[in-house]
Amino acid sequence: MKAGIVSYGGYVPRYRILPKEIGAVWGVDGEAMGKGLNIRAKSVPGPDEDVITMSVEAARAALKKAPHLDPKDIGAIYVGSESHPYAVKPSATIVAEAIEAAPIMTAADYEFACKAGTAAMQSTMGLTLSDMYRYGLAIGADTSQGAPGDALEYSASAGAAAFVIGKDHLIASIDQTISYTTDTPDFWRREGQAYPSHGGRFTGEPAYFKHVVSCANLLFKRAGTRPEDYDFAVFHQPNGKFPVRVGKMLGFTDKQMDTGLLVREIGNTYSGAIMVGLCAILDIAKPGNRIFAVGYGSGAGSDGFDITVTGGLEEIDRKAGRTMRSMVEDVKFLDYATYAKYRRKIRMREG
Amino acid sequence: MREVSVIGVGETQFGELWDKSFRELGIEAGLRAIQDAEIAAENVDAIYVGNMSAGKFIDQEHVAALVADYAGLADQHLPTIRVEGGGACGAIAIQQAAMAIASGVHDIVVVGGAEKMTDVGDVEAARILSSTTDQEWESVFGATFAGLFAMMARRHMFEYGTTREQLAAVAVKNHKHGALNPVAQFQKEITVEMVLGAPRVAEPLGVFDCAPLSDGAAALVLCSRDKARKFTDTPIDLIGTGQASDFLAVHDRRELTTMDATVIAGKRAFHAARKTPNDVKVAEVHDNFTISEIMAIEDLRFVPKGKGGFATEDGETALNARVSVNTSGGLKARGYPVGATGVAQAVEIVRQLRGEAGKRQVTDAGLGLTHTLGGTGGTAVVHLFARGD
Amino acid sequence: MAIPRFWREIPSRYNLVGSKCGNCGTLDFPPRLVCPRCGRRSMGKMERRKLAGRGTVVSYTIIHDAPKDFDMMKPYVLAIVEMEEGLRMTSQVIDVELGDIKIGMPVEVAFRKLGEEGEAGVIHYGYKFRPAR
Repeated sequence: MKAGIVSYGGYVPRYRILPKEIGAVWGVDGEAMGKGLNIRAKSVPGPDEDVITMSVEAARAALKKAPHLDPKDIGAIYVGSESHPYAVKPSATIVAEAIEAAPIMTAADYEFACKAGTAAMQSTMGLTLSDMYRYGLAIGADTSQGAPGDALEYSASAGAAAFVIGKDHLIASIDQTISYTTDTPDFWRREGQAYPSHGGRFTGEPAYFKHVVSCANLLFKRAGTRPEDYDFAVFHQPNGKFPVRVGKMLGFTDKQMDTGLLVREIGNTYSGAIMVGLCAILDIAKPGNRIFAVGYGSGAGSDGFDITVTGGLEEIDRKAGRTMRSMVEDVKFLDYATYAKYRRKIRMREG
Repeated sequence: MREVSVIGVGETQFGELWDKSFRELGIEAGLRAIQDAEIAAENVDAIYVGNMSAGKFIDQEHVAALVADYAGLADQHLPTIRVEGGGACGAIAIQQAAMAIASGVHDIVVVGGAEKMTDVGDVEAARILSSTTDQEWESVFGATFAGLFAMMARRHMFEYGTTREQLAAVAVKNHKHGALNPVAQFQKEITVEMVLGAPRVAEPLGVFDCAPLSDGAAALVLCSRDKARKFTDTPIDLIGTGQASDFLAVHDRRELTTMDATVIAGKRAFHAARKTPNDVKVAEVHDNFTISEIMAIEDLRFVPKGKGGFATEDGETALNARVSVNTSGGLKARGYPVGATGVAQAVEIVRQLRGEAGKRQVTDAGLGLTHTLGGTGGTAVVHLFARGD
Repeated sequence: MAIPRFWREIPSRYNLVGSKCGNCGTLDFPPRLVCPRCGRRSMGKMERRKLAGRGTVVSYTIIHDAPKDFDMMKPYVLAIVEMEEGLRMTSQVIDVELGDIKIGMPVEVAFRKLGEEGEAGVIHYGYKFRPAR
């Protein structure tokens, strides 16, 4: 018996800021910066949006596509994020109420830098396979913040994706999943700090590349597959450069990677990143398509998924709600001042 | 039931009265009314105070006893009653006091209305004003007091072709009247261009479409009509009153462009007085926003529904036109200390009916009306006054 | 706003739970204990009913003088929306250009922050509207 995806939903806020706009403030050639990162714009949450609102939007989008799904059959909700609005008080309980899954269920918030969402997918897979409950809801969402002027400010964006995981009514089976985890401090945020810190170039070779490549190779071995067996490949995308390079290293083509590479248009949605990419793939995939997905979270670890689209994908209503593409293309550009205001980078008077 | 007359009126200056406290305002108006009535403190049987939100504006509840105390009446141990009903509290206080006299419980009652609004900042004042709207299902969702009236205005424009210029005409007229009233907050005329060019508050309403934040108080001395002649030769009779309520939230109302509470309160008052809207020569209506006056003159049947803007623009409601509306300057120019509103409107009507309104005197004013709203129209009160001679 | 005051309205704020009169069948939002049309005949017959979350704009305004919780968004659109079920609600319309809002515009419900009790306090969530798509 396999576990897999029962439905999916993504959410991207409509605000965007261009690298050029950010660079102009800090005396940097932002356009060149954007080109270097392969990021044309990044999404910005509205002042009334946070990880919880975006998680709810994504979860509701998933339920809307699959009317057969009774929220009361969702026995667990895990929200993975590094930007939960509360340090203490779960995001997941609010999502549970907002989709009417509460109260007979379990809920928790996850944190593992950019792979908290895929960690939630693995947990829900295990628990549905053990028959602890029928469906689990795994969410990856972030409104990530780069420190003003820091290189991360050009990429840290906002988005969310929600996957209903179960064993019946699968639209895609997760045939294999495997993780690769070490203690590698390439990126972190200490308690109470507004902005994260990172190890600069240390985030590359020993961190992202080592973990993604190791995990991918383990996944090939376990699945007994090669890159050409897959229709789509998606990797964690902290920028538009790393996933393309790692994909090439593993033997994937641009065509396989193109659909899931949303980072170029919306930036790095952290816990949402690989998951919104998967949503974009599922929006256009056909039964029988195979998807190779490897996420990455700093600190560090990779979660790999070998996915096969089933005939069930034709059974759900993919046209209900908005597609990832339509959200990616629904754009309102902000200037830096408005962006700084929305992201609360401007110190306000108390009270 | 005994009939009721007004035998004394008093009011303070309206405006930003930095050196005056709430209690000073209340007493000043009350004592002026008592002086005007030429009665002694011992003649007063009770005090009714209309006040919207002293608890929020100055952190003080229990204001009726406070006003009696500082008026030097503590030793009289008078019954004191504070009335709350949003912006209509002063008008309701008049009605309650009149009922106490009509029932025979009291002979002479002082009715005061007062608000001290400038001890808090503008943003806080706006929040307090909006507390008369539905906090749970309007305010929480970003609805401001001005915003709710703005949506009535937008719908009125949509349904009846009312224009921004017609809304502005209300403010221009009331400022013109206010310029003739020595106690008005704004004694300065404005133009349609100034109204249209003012900063937006809640579109289509701008700053000049909104009544100001004000401090001020007003008071009446009410007396049973059979005893009124002992104190004055010109008693003004309260010949009809009507009060009505409606859904609190604007969105729950039957229509956005009609205030049923005003319609019903008006009918009740006219029925009680056996008069019709055509008999009214002078009216003070609740123009907290320009759209409010347009809806009020329609709902009171001074003009047909949808014609309020056109009638105002054509000057039909100007001083000594068909019906003189808001000769005091209205809430817009005289000022809008919320709790004082209903009482201040009555003071103006009494002055008009007595022929004491000076430069803004309406000729042959025999019947006058006041119309006061609570909140966005969840409450409306209409009083009709006539000369007693 | 006190926490319990908001907390007890969560079903309606998050999921548009209103009431249906068992006597006349009319829906109200928020849920009422007594039907405004049927009065006593509705007592004990008021059932909870969730709204579909779609409606059209009946009137709107663009708020420039904003309350504290909405200050970051000014100028913003506020609207009275007539829901498919026939009742009306008031909330902000988001993700719309100020020049595009008009009476008759179809809207759908969205989930957003409504406010917070200071930077250290509880965050309140609930419905807003956005153009239907």
